[in-house]
Amino acid sequence: MKRRTLLGALGAAPLLPLLAAGARAGEDAANSTIAAAFGRLPAPADIRRVFVGGAPASALLAVLAPEKLLGWPWNVSAEARAWLPPAVRELPQVGRLAGRGSTMSNETLLQLQPDLILDVGTVDATYISAMQRVAEQTGLPCVLVHGQLADHPAQLREVGRLLGVAARGERLAAWAEKTIALSERVRAAVPPEKRPRVYYARGAGGLETGLAGSINMETIDFAGGRNVAAEAGRGGIAKISLEQVLAWNPEVIVTQDRELARRVLDDPLWRPLEAVRARRVYLAPTRPFGWLDVPPSVNRLIGVRWLLTLLHPGRADDAASLRAATADFYRLFYGVEPGAAALDALLGGNA
Amino acid sequence: MSASALRPAAAWLAASAALAAVLVAAFAVGKFPVAPGDLLRSLAGRLLGAGSGLPAAVDTVVWNIRLPRVAAGIVVGAVLAAAGAAYQGMFRNPLVSPDILGVSAGAGLGATLGIYLGLPLAFVQGVAFVGGLLAVAVVWRIASLVQRHDPVLVLVLAGVALGALLGAGISLVKIISDPYTQLPTITFWLLGGLNQVRPSDLAATAPAMLAGLLPMALLRWRINLLSLADEEAAALGVDVGRLRLVLVAAATLSTAAAVSLAGIVGWIGLVVPHVARLLVGPDFSRLLPASLLLGAGFLVATDTLARIVAPIELPLGILTAVVGAPFFLWLLARVGRTS
Repeated sequence: MKRRTLLGALGAAPLLPLLAAGARAGEDAANSTIAAAFGRLPAPADIRRVFVGGAPASALLAVLAPEKLLGWPWNVSAEARAWLPPAVRELPQVGRLAGRGSTMSNETLLQLQPDLILDVGTVDATYISAMQRVAEQTGLPCVLVHGQLADHPAQLREVGRLLGVAARGERLAAWAEKTIALSERVRAAVPPEKRPRVYYARGAGGLETGLAGSINMETIDFAGGRNVAAEAGRGGIAKISLEQVLAWNPEVIVTQDRELARRVLDDPLWRPLEAVRARRVYLAPTRPFGWLDVPPSVNRLIGVRWLLTLLHPGRADDAASLRAATADFYRLFYGVEPGAAALDALLGGNA
Repeated sequence: MSASALRPAAAWLAASAALAAVLVAAFAVGKFPVAPGDLLRSLAGRLLGAGSGLPAAVDTVVWNIRLPRVAAGIVVGAVLAAAGAAYQGMFRNPLVSPDILGVSAGAGLGATLGIYLGLPLAFVQGVAFVGGLLAVAVVWRIASLVQRHDPVLVLVLAGVALGALLGAGISLVKIISDPYTQLPTITFWLLGGLNQVRPSDLAATAPAMLAGLLPMALLRWRINLLSLADEEAAALGVDVGRLRLVLVAAATLSTAAAVSLAGIVGWIGLVVPHVARLLVGPDFSRLLPASLLLGAGFLVATDTLARIVAPIELPLGILTAVVGAPFFLWLLARVGRTS
């Protein structure tokens, strides 16, 4: 937390007054996950329609206050919608805003008549200034929230209070804290050099992965896996070669792509890998959102729990308690009650 | 002494030796450590039919990763350079590259759409190949409808216009694609690279690439005549329109296959023919083999750099420009001073 605050401050040096203004929006300025806020915030009871800037923010709103979500910032598949709270299943796609390339004009935004614009993500100075422009041009209040995995408990609490659903925020935050505490216990028991070496296969051919410090790799970091790509340096998503994967020789491969998980196990080119020979190639569930990332959202909380079970058998859940925790997570966060068949499909990669 | 005054035999020998050295280096280095002795043992083991006795990973690296990759580098580099050389002569323009008629833009839109629709990689390649062919076919058709102007100029203008349209299509797909998964894949594809090449990919695209080279090789004498004005060439007994069609079809076939395999790799089709011309002169019967040789060597060399200079893979499109442009400028300055 400290390092990020420092980096953020350096990157945003010309915008320090803005940051200070944003920090005041949270109650505890030093630990607030609210990175910036612009415009006059309505009273919680008056916030009925919230426009979310991107996919992580839409996931946050869907679990906290689904009835306030105006629409989806990206195309949510029919299969994913079945796992969402009934209030948001039929919502249309309305476009996304700032930060990752806007597909939304300010005029359309005004037409939607939101009471608040909310976005979640890795916040930098460009992002903050883009949001400020939107707030100035539209006159709508904007709030930017940090979205790393460790932020989830505080984020759920603070945004919950902001939207007038403090009790719900508190319940979800407690679940998040429990999961993070479990992951901390496992990591405390297993020194870094004893943790399994994990490769996260992304992209159609599985030769894209996240470098050290990438937000896409947080689930693996939290679940006590060693990202093999960390030795290639820090950064975001990078392209690599199969030869490099063979040189890293991971013990475990994780992916969110069903086709890829099947191919990796069958492909003679991947066969020399320890992970493939031991059949430790795991397909992460993606309903309604990715358990590892895509988008990096609150869904990673159950992803951490799932991956802890796979990476550290005997130290975290067993199959039965993971299943119970999964049902609990969907009940609490999404308000859906997955039946036995649905749970089988979800955990078996067939949802 | 000007570069083109080098004795031909010595020049060919030097170029071939340079290519051989590049190939050896390309095989010897990479992210997976393979000792020179193991490399030889793996090669000998497979060639002699006996097992190498090495860990499976070493044989996989040598035979299934480096071999197809180096082979793809050779063919793609050779094809792009040859197509560039043919086009520069045919369009009588030194700034022309193989994608002037929209083949890269068409293939790019095809691949981008394929990624957007979540198709498997083999299908993405297929859609890219078809997209490249279609784009040039449309350009040719439009140009053939215009009768009263210089046909070469009309062809180039139609290519540029359609290229811009297809480029807009690519941008549109990028905007609507998933920023977390599809956008990085699209970006990497558009910058080119050989990191995904597998033996089956090479087997699927090499026939088209080589088939496109064949007419260029067979017609190498007549291609020289295309650099004359159309009337003069016709007076020498060449059916200019037909020859041009055959060449465009051949160059498009091989370039579309190359782009579908390697993504958009710039600079080779533009720069390598110039380098070849500086070395062997403008006669296409010598320019073609020189371009093939230099294109293959240059792409294998840059791809080897792409594999080793950074901990991650660098996109080929970036490296060909970073390596190719300064080299070209240096060569330009050197030849200008000494001749």
